[in-house]
Amino acid sequence: MFTPHTPKDVEVMLKTIGIEKVEDLFTEIPEKYRFPELKLPLGLTEMEAAEELESIANANGSTKTLLNFIGAGAYDHYVPAVVDMLLRRGEFYTAYTPYQPEISQGTLQAIFEYQSLICELTGMDVANASHYDGATAAAEAVILAYHHFKGKRTKFLLSRAVNPQYREVVRTYMRGNQAVSILGDDPETGIDASMDKLIAQIDAETGLVMVQYPDFFGRVIDYKPLIEAAHNAGALVAVAVNPTALGILTPPGEIGADIVFGEGQPLGIPLSFGGPYLGIFAVTNDLLRKISGRLVGETVDNAGRLAYVLTLTAREQHIRREKASSNICTNQGLMALASTIYLSLLGKKGFEAVSNLCYQKAHYAAAQISAIQGYKQVFSETPFFHEFVIRSPQPAAHLLEDLRAYDILGGYDLSKDYPELDNCLLIAVTEKIAKEDIDLLHDALIEVTHD
Amino acid sequence: MTEPTIFELSSPGRQGVRFPVSDVPEVEVPAEFRRKDLPLPELAEIDVVRHFTRISQKNYAIDLGFYPLGSCTMKYNPKINEETSRLPGFAFTHPLQPEDTVQGNLYLMYTLQEWLKEIAGFAGVSLQPAAGAHGELTGVLIIQKYHADRGDTQRTRILIPDSAHGTNPASSAMSGFEVVHLPSDARGNVDLNALRELCDERLAGLMLTNPNTLGLFDENVTAVIEMVHSAGGLVYGDGANLNALLGIVRPGDLGFDIMHINLHKTFSTPHGGGGPGSGPVAVAPALVEYLPDPVVAIIEPGSEDLPPLYGYAHPAKSIGRVKAFNGHFGMLVRAYTYISMHGKEGLRNIAEKSVLNANYLLAKIKGVYHLPYDRRCMHEFVVEGMWPDAPGIRAFDIAKRLIDYNFHPPTNYFPLIVHEALMIEPTETESLETLDAFADAMLKIAVEARENPDLLHEAPHNAPVGRCDEVRAAKQLILRARKA
Repeated sequence: MFTPHTPKDVEVMLKTIGIEKVEDLFTEIPEKYRFPELKLPLGLTEMEAAEELESIANANGSTKTLLNFIGAGAYDHYVPAVVDMLLRRGEFYTAYTPYQPEISQGTLQAIFEYQSLICELTGMDVANASHYDGATAAAEAVILAYHHFKGKRTKFLLSRAVNPQYREVVRTYMRGNQAVSILGDDPETGIDASMDKLIAQIDAETGLVMVQYPDFFGRVIDYKPLIEAAHNAGALVAVAVNPTALGILTPPGEIGADIVFGEGQPLGIPLSFGGPYLGIFAVTNDLLRKISGRLVGETVDNAGRLAYVLTLTAREQHIRREKASSNICTNQGLMALASTIYLSLLGKKGFEAVSNLCYQKAHYAAAQISAIQGYKQVFSETPFFHEFVIRSPQPAAHLLEDLRAYDILGGYDLSKDYPELDNCLLIAVTEKIAKEDIDLLHDALIEVTHD
Repeated sequence: MTEPTIFELSSPGRQGVRFPVSDVPEVEVPAEFRRKDLPLPELAEIDVVRHFTRISQKNYAIDLGFYPLGSCTMKYNPKINEETSRLPGFAFTHPLQPEDTVQGNLYLMYTLQEWLKEIAGFAGVSLQPAAGAHGELTGVLIIQKYHADRGDTQRTRILIPDSAHGTNPASSAMSGFEVVHLPSDARGNVDLNALRELCDERLAGLMLTNPNTLGLFDENVTAVIEMVHSAGGLVYGDGANLNALLGIVRPGDLGFDIMHINLHKTFSTPHGGGGPGSGPVAVAPALVEYLPDPVVAIIEPGSEDLPPLYGYAHPAKSIGRVKAFNGHFGMLVRAYTYISMHGKEGLRNIAEKSVLNANYLLAKIKGVYHLPYDRRCMHEFVVEGMWPDAPGIRAFDIAKRLIDYNFHPPTNYFPLIVHEALMIEPTETESLETLDAFADAMLKIAVEARENPDLLHEAPHNAPVGRCDEVRAAKQLILRARKA
């Protein structure tokens, strides 16, 4: 199968090594524990494995078989055929990290282009080669700010409207650092679009203020006052973005964000039950040397030819070991490549079109659903992108279950993370959703409500 | 030949893919939020395909040849994995779908947890960590919370052998621990005397890679673990080198408390040019409740007629989430496929052939290349890339010259305890012919080093680019493309 050794090969090799049998290679393993009987099924052939995996996959409902309105951090966009065709090139996906630049120019140039595209999209100066996902990028933003202030600023404010999973991961990452407090996302501070109560907490101890754009509820909020207040207090501001929204919305780099990060999955990466995704991370020039993770830079080779290399590696763990600010080793190489191909293919016009389609369809959906008796759009006074909150006359969990009879995944139940949003549903609409699909959801909602 | 960037290839008005026109009534985007300019490139589909195809051809890859990178386990990536992980039933599932609509995914994750527990000898597994270093961070955070919950807050030190990978100390420091270095003895094992002195009430744990980065199985491993345990510490196993142990010995049986498992090394998921990886974490019984939230469990047992109901469970003392959603699910499908095709006999065969290949290669080049720790190796070994009679030749030159022979260089300058280290891991998927060809190249290079050292100094000669000016890259710092 995947080991090419014939019995004759093994014989030749054992003879060269100077031992009689393969077992002799393992005499240093404590005898008591050597060669355990693993309780595993017998190995399958490729044909059998393919069939088994297909039957497991078929036990799922998917966005191919169900009409999906769930977003909440991962979005079902159309991925053009070119993206996966190119990702499947063995030269890309079976390569290692580009530590040998002479034979890794493909990966290096792709990452260089990725960094460039992320800078253009976010309006920032520098992007790294990516983090694991949006949530871990959030944690890296806090770590960056902590080190930027050399541990002297210990208060980190997270808006309650930042993805709850991001906030949870930030807390996990910082759990070993007793000096740090993560604040700002309590029910008291709340989710008011004015951000007043969050702004009021910014002080000289504050290292970072983190907000999301569009926020977890899909709202598009003007963060200029918050950024001004943070900068006046000497604090940094990190803005989590949905990159798709930046096809039509002003990028955070233009309003003074110091760090822009986010989940890059909408850029040509399949939902795949949550991963692998892509952690976008970009900063201003001022923070360039504080950024963790890989960076690709342009240079020349010994014949003067243009070449790309990993650069500023002295910041990283393999050189600085325990003095490195982050332990990050890998990036999401292939996922960054997917987003590079996706953005190159869609380009200026195509990407704006997707962004605009999401916007238009979500607004139609919000208008249709909030016109149903008993349904109300929460935050209807605040602009939104492609996701919005609906308060229904019954608990969201019941509603979602009823919609399943229509093969509809109606959205995300917000009451789990936000007790103040009882009976509330977060509904996402992408370019894949047609007007008829929205009408179907609308009609189904009327029927289940009348039951 | 230099390939222009996508920005340089852009021509205003081109578009690689079209989307349908909107079928809903038009609404205006509020002017104050409307983006003024979207400076993305504009290319036709064919431009994009040719550009990325052309740059792909500047890469070396497993599909092109032998990749003996020590501690990276660059084994063949089975093609069936790429098919199964893209099945629509997997690829088009949303991570927040109700549990009863994703029973296939949850069954797969549950079964993979069970298999990894069985293979490595542990009581619980989290599939959430995204990579090896991420698994380490998870493991060290578990150590931190375990001691904190017991009121053992004076345990602030993590011991790390000098041969360890750089992520070990970085993960420990990130979790608030003080890193204390532990020397190796003359045989490449942990120095027991040094360890004994460090086993006190400040000890939180030891991070041990076994086989270590020298490719050596620590001959005193059970004694090392016992010593740490009797001092109240936990032992973390870096699973980077698990490939050598499949079906040979279970780290959990040896007494390890925590270990991360690199699916992208041992279980054949592709490296992708630097990720995505996947680094599940396995733990001993006392630590199961500390795993990241959530894990997959059987919520309702099955019956004769019905399969069990799988769902999310929330470990009582969990360190919390380390990543959004369910880990790198696509990688989990690949690893599941791989394990299901091997079964218990197949897994042991992997370890046996990887260790056989390494020892064969070592036998072929030993003598010409100095082996600082002259012992039987496991799945990899480390030799010195220098000779007294070839002054000026360094491991770096040997590595670059190998490119001319169409091989990827071994890992060099790591581990740090060997001068001019060349760390070679052939993996089990390489044939006798490939190993012989590589050994021949290594031996020829050893001759060239004496007879024509410039051939090495100037290598590679036939790669897409020659040696790159890394100093200039770091000084001039061009990190994004100029716009055309």
